[in-house]
Amino acid sequence: MSERVTVPAVQGWFTTPADGDAEQPHLIGAKCVECATYVFPPRATGCPNPHCASDVLEPTPLSRRGKVWSYTENQYAPPKPFRAPDPFEPYALAAVQLDAEGLVILGQVAKGVLAADLQVGMDMQVELGTLYSDTDDDGNVVDHLVYVWAPATPAGAEAVQS
Amino acid sequence: MSERDVVILGAGMHPWGKWGRDFTEYGMVAARAALADAGLAWTDVEYVAGAETIRNGYPGFVPGSTFSQKLGWIGVPVSSSYAACASGSTALQAARANILAGFCDVALVIGADTTPKGFFAPVGGDRPDDPDWLRFHLLGATNPVFFALNARRRMDVYGATAEDFAQVKVKNSRHGLENPNARFRKENTVDDVVKSPIVSDPLRLLDICATSDGAAALIVTSAEYAERKLGKLAGVPRVRAVSLSTPTYPQTRLELPDFATDSSAVVTPPARGFKDSLIWNAYEEAGLGPDDVSFAEVYDLSTALELDWYENLGLCAEGEAEQLLRKGDTTIGGRVPVNPSGGLACFGEAIPAQAIAQVCELTWQLRGQATGRQVEGATVGITANQGLFGHGSSVIVSI
Repeated sequence: MSERVTVPAVQGWFTTPADGDAEQPHLIGAKCVECATYVFPPRATGCPNPHCASDVLEPTPLSRRGKVWSYTENQYAPPKPFRAPDPFEPYALAAVQLDAEGLVILGQVAKGVLAADLQVGMDMQVELGTLYSDTDDDGNVVDHLVYVWAPATPAGAEAVQS
Repeated sequence: MSERDVVILGAGMHPWGKWGRDFTEYGMVAARAALADAGLAWTDVEYVAGAETIRNGYPGFVPGSTFSQKLGWIGVPVSSSYAACASGSTALQAARANILAGFCDVALVIGADTTPKGFFAPVGGDRPDDPDWLRFHLLGATNPVFFALNARRRMDVYGATAEDFAQVKVKNSRHGLENPNARFRKENTVDDVVKSPIVSDPLRLLDICATSDGAAALIVTSAEYAERKLGKLAGVPRVRAVSLSTPTYPQTRLELPDFATDSSAVVTPPARGFKDSLIWNAYEEAGLGPDDVSFAEVYDLSTALELDWYENLGLCAEGEAEQLLRKGDTTIGGRVPVNPSGGLACFGEAIPAQAIAQVCELTWQLRGQATGRQVEGATVGITANQGLFGHGSSVIVSI
């Protein structure tokens, strides 16, 4: 009998319900064991800090919340390898600043939240969304998950210029 | 002028357009035009520096030899450079370094491209380890998405308006009207721009540059060679600086094609960010500054990005680019015209040719040959250009 299953669209970039983290997903970065700098997407070797010769980076959870650095909304379907729904629905992207890690991370914004709902400085949090769905060899519907940014509070309520 | 200077003896282009023909056809036209402009024969060339295109198969990866074969093998060293949008200036620097090292006196610098319609997409195949593939797959983060993030930032932080962005297009469309090499030679109004469809909010179709076919070539020589040939060096454009530097860690501005900036948690960001340092490294090499610049050719991948460059070039303080534009300072006839050629707004982007085309425009402006778009009395021109993966360039030419 066919089921509905979820898999991450990319491995090791965020926690999923399978990690026991269904309610509070977070991004996974890498942290250098020597100089403590952060990297996203995560990687296992090669510290990006030119003053550090370490080749060991460890996975680390990143702050779940941050502030919008900037944002946009795609009104045309991006080309492959993006799997655009047909008909195409406009969607937003946001670059969100994580203060503790000193990173700005680009992501899709949760479905239904568009540019008009966003503002520079707004509080956002990581959630999971379905990038696309397909069917596996056993007839199961597979939802491919990706991290998305979602307003942490009602849109615009805590907007701050940064 | 020291004998170690490199000068520009010839500049040539194939007009920009969209025909989908073999890129070498365009390149041949540009090479012949640059040679004719220099008064030299192909057999006078001692080094060929090609700028690569990654969308035209193997010949595109080895343009130094591709064009040498097309023009007829002459047994000289060749090189091929890929540095995204800075490929052309990287090729120029390869030629310049060979001349300055004394390995040759005369070099051909050449770039040509044929581009597909629509958005630039990553090179084919499934490559989940390639950030350029992943940004499309996971995010649909096209190039205009990155342009739009910067545009929105200007609006929300500096108060830029959609009309400001449109005015950049209006200015450049007027500048390029008489440019025989420009693809789009139609005057646009603010209304045209603000009523064109939104691609990536807040940017509209007419805010974003197209992709084009085109080719550009330069003949660069040692100053000594030029003086021997011409009997004088007065009025010959001289390459004063070529800056190709990468960002310095941590790069705290989100740039193509990255998912994230570097982290500023441990290392303090440099005083000058990536695009500022590209320009200032060029100023330092040339011993010049913003006040010396007569005009600039900048990479207006979007209208809003042209405004960012005003600040990177030091033409005004951060957040004041809109005022400079509104005052008409960057229009031909103003204090420091930007994109007198019409820029990417009138050309569209032909990646390996574009940075060379910028230097062609510098050459013609400095010689007083830019008919219909001449910046009167121009003595110093600067280019600004940025690509993916930490590439970018700035070239300064003076007479």
